[in-house]
Amino acid sequence: MNFFSEIGRFVIFMRLVLKRPQKWNVFWKTTFREMYHIGIDSLLVVILIATFTGAVTTIQTANQLLTPSDMFPNQLIPKFVIGAIVSTSSLLELSPTITCLVLAGKIGANIASEIGNQKISEQIDAYEVMGINSASFVALPKIIAGIVMIPSLIIVAYFLLMYGGVIATKFISVLTYDDLIEGARMTFNPLYLRIMLIKGFIFAFIITSLSSFEGFYTEGGALDVGESGTRAVTRICVFILFFDLVIAQVFLGL
Amino acid sequence: MIKVEGLYKSFHDRLILENIDVNFYKGKPNLVIGASGSGKSVLIKCLVGLLEPEKGSIFYDDRNFLSMDYEKKQIIRREIGMLFQNNALFDSLTVQENIEFPLKMFSNLKPEERIDRVNDCLAKVNLQNSNHKFPAEISGGMKKRVGIARAIALEIKYLFCDEPNSGLDPLTSRVIDDLILQLTTDMGITTIINSHDMKTVLDIGENIIFIHKGKKWWQGSKADIPEARKSNPELNAFFRASF
Repeated sequence: MNFFSEIGRFVIFMRLVLKRPQKWNVFWKTTFREMYHIGIDSLLVVILIATFTGAVTTIQTANQLLTPSDMFPNQLIPKFVIGAIVSTSSLLELSPTITCLVLAGKIGANIASEIGNQKISEQIDAYEVMGINSASFVALPKIIAGIVMIPSLIIVAYFLLMYGGVIATKFISVLTYDDLIEGARMTFNPLYLRIMLIKGFIFAFIITSLSSFEGFYTEGGALDVGESGTRAVTRICVFILFFDLVIAQVFLGL
Repeated sequence: MIKVEGLYKSFHDRLILENIDVNFYKGKPNLVIGASGSGKSVLIKCLVGLLEPEKGSIFYDDRNFLSMDYEKKQIIRREIGMLFQNNALFDSLTVQENIEFPLKMFSNLKPEERIDRVNDCLAKVNLQNSNHKFPAEISGGMKKRVGIARAIALEIKYLFCDEPNSGLDPLTSRVIDDLILQLTTDMGITTIINSHDMKTVLDIGENIIFIHKGKKWWQGSKADIPEARKSNPELNAFFRASF
């Protein structure tokens, strides 16, 4: 199947998904359940990844900028620059992009295989025969839940990245807590925060809609469900990286 | 009554259903029979709208289903109950929740009224005291009964059963056949059963449609079968191979 027919199928799928729910109380109940699965169940992995990445980024940045070299004598670089770099890269790249690439694997594969399983066991057909818009019923709560919870996880990830940096200052002698926080404060730009949130909303839509789409069009058996999960994660990662580039160019391109 | 006129369905270049003209009558079991791959499941899926035929018309009591838009088709589908070959029970929901699901979606019943309706449906399929079990915890025959109970939870006019006896022992098959027959006559609904179980055909086949190579090859009742076998070699071969 070529690229353009896939895009066409995705547009048709989204037209079915973005319809008014048939029963609002069932819709909200399902959406809150999905918010729990997507948000709370992913919290531990986000905490671990963000904290460790923040610590590692701080140590490596300090090492690169404060190690004496012929070209850059270390005394020329103020230490708060490390805090500025860690904070800005966390806002712009690490918290939205790295978090969403990890969530692509966790949430994307889970959604694709869950819906794929429902498809091959005829549960999706059962919804349809009952007169329920099956695409909207299974996918819309996941998309809404993702759009609410994934940006929230990204905000949590930003603070944990900085917290990881703070932990790192306890282990390295060249950088203090005050240097790190001073740098973060001095270079804080509200535009970067907006970019982080824009990325969060777009990546959340990509993760939940693409995985639902892959699951919904699964055909065959258990092996095909596995393939749908793998295909969903691969496509989500490619689209996240592509839109990461587009957003960077649109907002920050000189 | 469901009336089908000049129905064609193909996948890619392969013709699966060719010029199907058939009537399915109210209050009696209508059986669609034929060998595997003959097109009977495709016919049922076209009838309920899971597949889109290339040509033809399907009338649900004079309402042309194929000419309707998606929203109007969904309204007709609320009058349809379907028992799937693999039951298609929602595996994360209990038996009670499975049967309650269409009521939650399409009725304004209060929770206690819904439970009463669920228990009523379970009583109709002789399956009491299994409300809180999950589909994985019950037998194949019980799953079929839950599937039927869910299909009749709303006030349906049409019941579709795709291979209702597949994977069941002869005794349980008989129970399911009797249940479908009883519901059809008691509720006065149009029931279409897709089967290649000859016992079912000879027990409850009031209106039998034999599909062969995608075409309607023969139509009649179980009483007509002995005579039809003499003049119809394909039907005779199908029956001979089935016993």
